[in-house]
Amino acid sequence: MLLARLYERDRGGAWLLGGLLLAAVLVPLLNLAVPEDSPFHLSTYTVTLLGKYLCFALLALALDLVWGYCGILSLGHGAFFALGGYAMGMYLMRQIGERGVYGHPVLPDFMVFLNWQELPWYWYGFDMFWFAVLMVMLVPGLLAFVFGWLAFRSRVTGVYLSIITQALTFALMLAFFRNEMGFGGNNGLTDFKDILGFSLQADGTRVALFLASAVMLALAYLACRFIVRSRLGRVVVAIRDAEDRTRFVGYQVERFKLWLFVFSAVLAGIAGALYVPQVGIINPSEFSPLNSIELVIWVAIGGRGTLYGAVLGAILVNYAKTYFTAALPELWLFALGALFVLVTIFLPRGLVGLLQRRRKPDKPPPADTAGETRAGEGVP
Amino acid sequence: MKALDRLREGMRRDRVFDFMMPKVVFSPELDTRHGPILYLEGVTVSFDGFKALDDLTLYIDDGELRCIIGPNGAGKTTMMDVITGKTRPDSGSVYFGQRIDLLRLSETEIAQGGIGRKFQKPTVFEQHTVFENLELALAGPKGVWATLFARLTPEQRDRIDEVLEIIGLQDQVHRPAGVLSHGQKQWLEIGMLLMQSPRLLLVDEPVAGMTAQETERTAELLTSLAGRHSIVVVEHDMEFVRTIARKVTVLHEGRVLAEGSMDEVQSDPRVVEVYLGE
Repeated sequence: MLLARLYERDRGGAWLLGGLLLAAVLVPLLNLAVPEDSPFHLSTYTVTLLGKYLCFALLALALDLVWGYCGILSLGHGAFFALGGYAMGMYLMRQIGERGVYGHPVLPDFMVFLNWQELPWYWYGFDMFWFAVLMVMLVPGLLAFVFGWLAFRSRVTGVYLSIITQALTFALMLAFFRNEMGFGGNNGLTDFKDILGFSLQADGTRVALFLASAVMLALAYLACRFIVRSRLGRVVVAIRDAEDRTRFVGYQVERFKLWLFVFSAVLAGIAGALYVPQVGIINPSEFSPLNSIELVIWVAIGGRGTLYGAVLGAILVNYAKTYFTAALPELWLFALGALFVLVTIFLPRGLVGLLQRRRKPDKPPPADTAGETRAGEGVP
Repeated sequence: MKALDRLREGMRRDRVFDFMMPKVVFSPELDTRHGPILYLEGVTVSFDGFKALDDLTLYIDDGELRCIIGPNGAGKTTMMDVITGKTRPDSGSVYFGQRIDLLRLSETEIAQGGIGRKFQKPTVFEQHTVFENLELALAGPKGVWATLFARLTPEQRDRIDEVLEIIGLQDQVHRPAGVLSHGQKQWLEIGMLLMQSPRLLLVDEPVAGMTAQETERTAELLTSLAGRHSIVVVEHDMEFVRTIARKVTVLHEGRVLAEGSMDEVQSDPRVVEVYLGE
């Protein structure tokens, strides 16, 4: 069985998928079947919050694939997430139809407000769900392809690559802030009404979106696990550890990096698309470099190069964020910074490394720092 | 005038355009009818005016074990870089067999086509086990899709076992390469080259930092491989070179200073001068 083969020696993954399954059963049950006055009732707000965490977990998974396994420290993964989100947001905007404030049958409110007479060409097709879904994957994938093709072909690696990915997301943020771009400027896209004919305010829709996020995360995990367990996965780790050697062994390093990067960007785009209907808004601040850096922190805290570590990190840090920003809002950024520093110093392999320390070292072993991992260091 | 020159260049009839040339194919029957497997002719490489290789001409025979010695900065590593496509020479030609122009190929194509290279510093994939290291080096399709769905065939497994035996690491199969000793890493790297079934092996300082015993094992290993593969060894250790070499080439300032058996070379006054003058 394929599944059995993927699971082999993957206890963390088994826990993750088991947890997701449990959540997928319990959350709808507690929200829809348990009466509202019962102490076991789960509010719709919490369901959406959990769904949001799962989207972040998917994003973290995407980053871990390129960072943890291939040593490509992308500080711009938020850009792919936001692009996927915008594609979904455009679909949701078109679904509003005549129910907007200005009641224009085709144009979204912000275009009417800007005195636009007709829909820009790049908004065509977004009234169809399948087209939007296609774009959710195609747009981030294409950007990653073009960007990666140029960057990897010129053999840009390590910290330089990180900086240009950062520049990429910053440039996109500035572009999306502009009203002329036709994506709603700094207000972004919001005021969504329904998706596929179901009201976004309804409990049932919220639960369905949560379930979709959970299923997508599970599928993405299995896909990543398949990649990592294949010979391709071993080549990718080889590239991380000794790029030149890999090249002389006869692998076209650039292509491997490129396709892994594109796959990761597509996953990030899907995460963004699931995120937007749940939070109800997408605006250019999603492109903010800060978001991408925070994403790196989730993965580092969870544990690089394990896949499930990234998921764990994303969920824990975001839970902490929700808690702290409500309880001690001014302290959150300090706490995040401190957490990152402490984890880097004391737990180089993240929380997962802490769990694994009790057992025999599991595979794959730790990834070294960022993109600078080289053979010949470490182990005596 | 310039445009006219360019027009003339375009109208030349004594050669075909690059894109019209037949695609280079490596075949198991590499054309070595005339003896040599590798031809370097008039190769010059300069870095900021410094000539690392100066009109170097060198032939390596098929199945030969050739040692290349020379003081630091003689151009030994640059020569390897040129052969493997890492550095492009300013002038000169490099042919593999009669027909394959290495200067037109990329590093990866050269590696896939049958030239294996061992680096000066042992570089193996430290996080992978010995077995996985050899598996990754296996000759065969190395595209992204091919590797995603790749499964080991029994023949490939046998080949890995065979190489494990040659390099003497049967007991270490499932240990991560990172925990191997320095000498074992060097052997593993040679094993990885063998997995690619190369016709030509370029080995850069294989015994640097090895114990006497390890050096002896390495000498045995390399001599046993000669014949089936052509091997070029760059080495500083004279004692080691004496044990394995049949033919030695001395490089100096990017040129061949002397060539012959170890005794001939060592009694050559020019060689003595270069080495004593160092």
